[in-house]
Amino acid sequence: MSDGEEIILRDLSDDDLVEQMKDDLYDGLADEVHEGTTILLERGWDANTVLSEALVEGMRIVGLDFRDGILFVPEVLQCAGAMKAGMELLRPILANSDSKASLGTYVIGTVKGDIHDIGKNLVGMMLEGAGFEVVDLGINNPVENYLAAIDKHNPAILGMSALLTTTMPYMGVVIEELDKRGILKNLPVMVGGAPLNQEFADAIGAHSYGRDAAMSAELAKALVGRNH
Amino acid sequence: MARTVLSSATKEVIIGFDQPFVMIGERINPTGRKLLAAEMKEGNYDRVVADALAQVEAGAQMLDVNAGIPLADEPRILAEVVQLVQSVTDVPLCIDSSIIEALEAGLSVYKGRALVNSTTAEEEVMERVLPLVKKYDAAVVAISNDDTGISQDIDERFRIAKLIVERAQDHGIKKEDVVVDPLVMPIGAINQAGKDVFRFVRRLREELGVNTTCGASNIGFGLPNRHAINNSFLPMAACAGMTSAILNPLHEGLVPAIKAADTLNGVDPNCANWIKMFREPAPEGAGARGGRGGREGRRRRD
Repeated sequence: MSDGEEIILRDLSDDDLVEQMKDDLYDGLADEVHEGTTILLERGWDANTVLSEALVEGMRIVGLDFRDGILFVPEVLQCAGAMKAGMELLRPILANSDSKASLGTYVIGTVKGDIHDIGKNLVGMMLEGAGFEVVDLGINNPVENYLAAIDKHNPAILGMSALLTTTMPYMGVVIEELDKRGILKNLPVMVGGAPLNQEFADAIGAHSYGRDAAMSAELAKALVGRNH
Repeated sequence: MARTVLSSATKEVIIGFDQPFVMIGERINPTGRKLLAAEMKEGNYDRVVADALAQVEAGAQMLDVNAGIPLADEPRILAEVVQLVQSVTDVPLCIDSSIIEALEAGLSVYKGRALVNSTTAEEEVMERVLPLVKKYDAAVVAISNDDTGISQDIDERFRIAKLIVERAQDHGIKKEDVVVDPLVMPIGAINQAGKDVFRFVRRLREELGVNTTCGASNIGFGLPNRHAINNSFLPMAACAGMTSAILNPLHEGLVPAIKAADTLNGVDPNCANWIKMFREPAPEGAGARGGRGGREGRRRRD
C-alpha cells in the first residue's frame, strides 16, 4: 500500500499469498483477507490449513505486537474484523469436516451482577485469533448459564470476567458449583478483570488468571497444551 | 441550576454549572495498583497519605477514596482510610465502593457532606444505596446503566439517568444531590464514544438539569499517549456541560488544560484563578521601580 504498487492476489504463488494474507490481516484489511481465503480454497487448500497457516498464524503475530505495545486496541479490533472476514468462508466448511484445527471451544462470559464487557470481548477476540472457537455468553451470567453452556458445547476451557469487587466473588461460586458436580477436574477455568489478582484467582481455585487479553490467549493455549 | 454542595469539617466545594470544574483525585484506589493494594491490606497507609497530599497539591478540589482489595476487609479499611485522609487534608471526599457495608462504614466516620460513589439503576443497588445517601445527608453519583447492561443508545441512557434521579427524589434526595456519570467508554473500542458522551452530557445538563462526573481515565484505554487524549477530552466534556470528573491531577498538562477550560467556559471570573496559577513571580526589587510588584502583600481593607 505504502509503496503504491498494486498487488494482484491471484498472481501470487501460494507461499507469497499466505505471506501477503498475514500482512493484510496485520493491516486489518478485511476484503483482502476474504479474497485471499477464497483464492486458497479455490486452489484446493484444506480449510483447516488456511485457518492455521494464514489466519491463526497472522493473528499470532498481531498478538505478539499487541502484547509488546506496538499495536493498539483499535488496530487489533480491525485485525479481528479481517480474520472474521476469512472465517466467514471457512466456518461452514469446518463445521462439516471432522478433523479440526481448532484448539477447542472456549466458553466465556461476565458473571452475574456485572455488566462490563469490553475486556471480555477483547479476550474473546484474541482467543478466536489463537484458534479457539469462542462461545460468548455475554454479561450478567448466573451459574446456570455456565452449566448449560458447558453441557451444550463441551468446552476445553471456561473463562469468567468481572470488573467489580462485589461481583468477582461470584466466580468462586461458579467454581465451587463446578467442583461439586465433578466438572472442575476436567475443565480448566480462567478468570480475569481489572480488580482481580493472582492471589484472588488462587483463593477461589481458578486454574489461571489472565492479566490482559494478549496474556489470556497465551495462557489458554498453554492450558490446552498448544503453546508456541 | 444544579449546585451540589460537598464539604469536609472545614471546607466546602460546590459542583455546579456556574462553578469551576471540580477535579476529584482518583489515585487512592488499589485497583490495578499492586503495591498500594498490598500495603493497604496490611494497614500500611503511607502511600495513601502521600497520594492524598500530592493530589491536593496538584489542584484536586476533592479526593476519591476506594479500598476495593480482593479478599480484604473493605469496610474496615475504607473507614480507616477516610479518617486518615480527613486528618491530613481538608478537601471533601468521594467515598467509592461497590460494597454497601463499605459505603456505610466510610460514611459513618466521615466529617462533613460526602459524595457517595455510586448507585446504578439496578433495582437492588438503588434500594440499598439511596437510603444510605439519605441517612447520612450525602450526595450520590448515579451511573447510567441498569441490569441489562450499558446501552449504546444515548436515549436509553438518558431514560436510565432520569429514572435514578426520580428514585432518589422518592427517597427524599434532592435532584441537585444526584451527580450523573454518563459512563465514558474507551474510544479505542467504541469509536463514537466521545461524541456520544458530549451529546449525552449536554442533554443531562439542559433537559434534566443535573451535575455530571465521570471516570476520565477510561477514555484513552488501549491507545498510545492516552494522557494526551484525557487532556483534550476533559475540556471538551466541560464545554459540553460536564461539571466534575474523577481523574489523576498528577498527569502532566491535565490541570492546566482544565483551568484553561474554566476560563474559556466563563466560570473563572476575571480569569483570576488562571492568572494566580500562572503569573510569573515579580522580579527581585520590582517594587522599587515604582510598581507594587503584584497583587499579593497588599494592606488589609476594612
